[in-house]
Amino acid sequence: MGAILGVNEDSHPPVLILFTCLLAGLVVAGLAGALWPKAGRGVACVCLLAALGFVAIALFGLLRAPSAMVLPIGPPGQALSLVLDPLAAWFLLILGLSAAAASLYALADAAHAAPRVVAGFPLFVAGMALSLLAGDGVTLLLGFEAMSLASWVLVGYGHADAANRQAARLYLCFALLSGLCLAAALALWAASAGGIGLDVLRAAPPDGWRAAVILALVLAGAGSKAGLVPLHGWLPLAHPAAPGHVSALMSSAMVKVAIYVMARLLLDCAGPAQPLWWGVPLLALGAASAVLGALRAALEEDTKVILACSTIENVGLIVAALGLAAIFRAADLGALAALATGAALLHALAHSVFKAGLFLAAAAVLTGAGSRRLDSLGGLIHAMPATAACAGVLAAAAAALPPLSGFAGEWLLVQSLLAGWRIGPLPMQVGLAAAVALVGLAAALAAAAMVRLYGLVFLGRPRGPRSAAAREAPPLARAALIGCAGLTVLIGLAPGPLLRLAEEAVRTAVRQNIADQAQLFLLAPGGGATAYAAPLLALLLAAGIAALYLGMRRYSPAEPVLGPAWGCGFLPAPPELPFGDPLAQPSAAGFGQPLRRMLGSSVLGAREVVTMPEPGDPAPARLEAGFADPVFAGLLAPLAALRDWLADRAERLRDMSLRRCLSLSFGTLVALLALLAWLET
Amino acid sequence: MGFGHIPFDVSHALAGGMLLMSFVLLYQRRVPGLIAALATQGGLLGLAALWQGWAQGAAGLYLTGLIALVAKAVLIPWALSTLVRRLGMHGSVQTALGIGPSMIAGVGLAALALVVALPVAAGGSALAQEDLAVALSVVLLGMLVMIARRNAIGQVVGLMSMENGLILAAVGVQGLPLLIELSTAALLLVLALVAGVFLTGIRERFDSLDVAFLEDHRGERR
Repeated sequence: MGAILGVNEDSHPPVLILFTCLLAGLVVAGLAGALWPKAGRGVACVCLLAALGFVAIALFGLLRAPSAMVLPIGPPGQALSLVLDPLAAWFLLILGLSAAAASLYALADAAHAAPRVVAGFPLFVAGMALSLLAGDGVTLLLGFEAMSLASWVLVGYGHADAANRQAARLYLCFALLSGLCLAAALALWAASAGGIGLDVLRAAPPDGWRAAVILALVLAGAGSKAGLVPLHGWLPLAHPAAPGHVSALMSSAMVKVAIYVMARLLLDCAGPAQPLWWGVPLLALGAASAVLGALRAALEEDTKVILACSTIENVGLIVAALGLAAIFRAADLGALAALATGAALLHALAHSVFKAGLFLAAAAVLTGAGSRRLDSLGGLIHAMPATAACAGVLAAAAAALPPLSGFAGEWLLVQSLLAGWRIGPLPMQVGLAAAVALVGLAAALAAAAMVRLYGLVFLGRPRGPRSAAAREAPPLARAALIGCAGLTVLIGLAPGPLLRLAEEAVRTAVRQNIADQAQLFLLAPGGGATAYAAPLLALLLAAGIAALYLGMRRYSPAEPVLGPAWGCGFLPAPPELPFGDPLAQPSAAGFGQPLRRMLGSSVLGAREVVTMPEPGDPAPARLEAGFADPVFAGLLAPLAALRDWLADRAERLRDMSLRRCLSLSFGTLVALLALLAWLET
Repeated sequence: MGFGHIPFDVSHALAGGMLLMSFVLLYQRRVPGLIAALATQGGLLGLAALWQGWAQGAAGLYLTGLIALVAKAVLIPWALSTLVRRLGMHGSVQTALGIGPSMIAGVGLAALALVVALPVAAGGSALAQEDLAVALSVVLLGMLVMIARRNAIGQVVGLMSMENGLILAAVGVQGLPLLIELSTAALLLVLALVAGVFLTGIRERFDSLDVAFLEDHRGERR
């Protein structure tokens, strides 16, 4: 295959042989974990080594020419093949970094890991890596399905709880839907292209009705895995149900695999000859996901659910950037297409690092303070200082504060959106303007969500004895957190060099060059009318903070004094509440109330019901407030009703007599033969 | 190879004979007659396999033919008639579908099989095409026999006839591995065994072979 692609004459490139060995090692580790549950530590070590190996392979792939290899296994007539090109290498880098952090965290509590988690985790990593480096559709589907099934096992680890069982079931349904849609899209494409290899597909881009169907199927298939609205219903349930480090990997790497599939099929393989509307569904769904995810993140009351909703938001931003790149490319604006793609890739990397770190911090909080509910946490900055510091950096990145990693990608996205206001007919111009507003709204909501999350978990006073007696995370877990926070700072300080590193990946996706817009210390999109110099900004901020600190020391010579916390005007707490009256601190619902009242009623169907007792009735007045994601009532409930109706119909078949059963199959056979005869004529 | 060539004509005649026997199965009301027609069909199948073995020069097909002759023309009919005699089932078979309609349906199925099979096998020889069409008709007619009978014996006979059609299709194709034919033959023996046990069982329990009696005794009725 190497000769066919013309990329690397060596038919067995060492880098891909190393990759195959790493995959085999992960599979063996998974089997070993299934056989010996005590091997958790060793399995986590293998995962860590494999993840570091993936990082090395990814850097090699980003800096060197693409290489390809045909594996000696596969279905008849279609050997599996691997291709390491820059686009795949970029996402492999993302996978490697997040998997390394997650494995390090897994190593920290490997002694208590359930057997199915020990066995499932390496298989999950292997499935993701295989689908990233797939050289043909069959390998892609194989890796994708391995990823889905292994993560389903991991999501179902807390199966004693009915809610987790339901989450795992919903997750499996969506995974099956996504696999079916992708298989259908690839089959349709391969039928017209005459082969399933990615190079064959690239040589025969779809057109006409076929293109529309493939776009819809890939969007449904990869979008349901990435958590795009309206197929996101499973994500806030399933990601929190998995163990901490698996949630981190699912939110940081698995959704990126789905995004990779979108970028690979819809941008790279579908080619530059697609019409202007090709990117519109991506942009629209991405913007909607961003707003809905951020709004839910600002309203939810469970740390991991908040983080999962924030994942929906970031996936939305990345997909919107990809859609924008497709629109720019169709409008023949090459530099802007490269810019939007660069924004997507950069934000994918940044999000994977800070989201992995935040999920690990949430897991550390769950272990140390025993809860995921915001209303029973609080004040953890005293008990868990290292975790709190790392989570602060990571949450600031998730809130897109400069000069941290979340800012650069979103800034590039907004810059490219602002540059696109003259493209196409009037409806598209209006749509692009609306997308700017939606992306800005999403970024603001995400910042609010992160402030609320960090404030309620780490600041203030403990809301219960368990969080007052919290324990700091073990050293290895702290190392994982510190690693993520450090990488976040690094990525934030060096967006320019990272974009240079992603240059070939951008070229693979949209065949455009981004190098002249990314300099060492400066991002200068669109010819330098605006620019973002992260290191300079960091220096200014550091100088400002240092000046503030020194000034305070200089002009306020008295030592700081710790006093009792102000009770917000409430009476002093009774002695049976040594940690203060819980009513004297804002609750999670109270913190989210303004947003719920402003935006929730229209988007999330938020409601508030005040029940006043009759005059003379001593019962208390009640205020009931809440919200529900419209996808449950609008999409999942009708689907469940349809399923029940179909099951009811199918149930009637069982009561048929023997002859009727025979007649049914006979009738089906005759009908199929008649169809065949009709097709042949 | 086409009309006028001895190998083609003989195999065509044998396959046609099998199709004829399928129609006989479709209208035959009496149980001994059914078994006799099945035996004749099995014998014709054996002859067809032997003839194909000679025409294709494939030694494996001789074995298939011998197995068919011994098992399908002699052993299975003999076992079935012994069973019927022991169960006292000499009476007529109640058909669920009248003779006229079932014959019309049979002719329609044979036509459908021809329409489907001839273009599918267009690449092969004329012999393979005709063989496939006839074999598909035999399979479809066997299924129709299973549906058209209320009696368990009738359904067993229909199943055996379907299987004859499958073997006919298999021997018409050149280069079928012997292993597949042997395993099919083994499958048939198992089928016959199960059918015998089943018949004896329902006869003992319900004192009849009408499968309608079974329907009151299915589990998990709502």
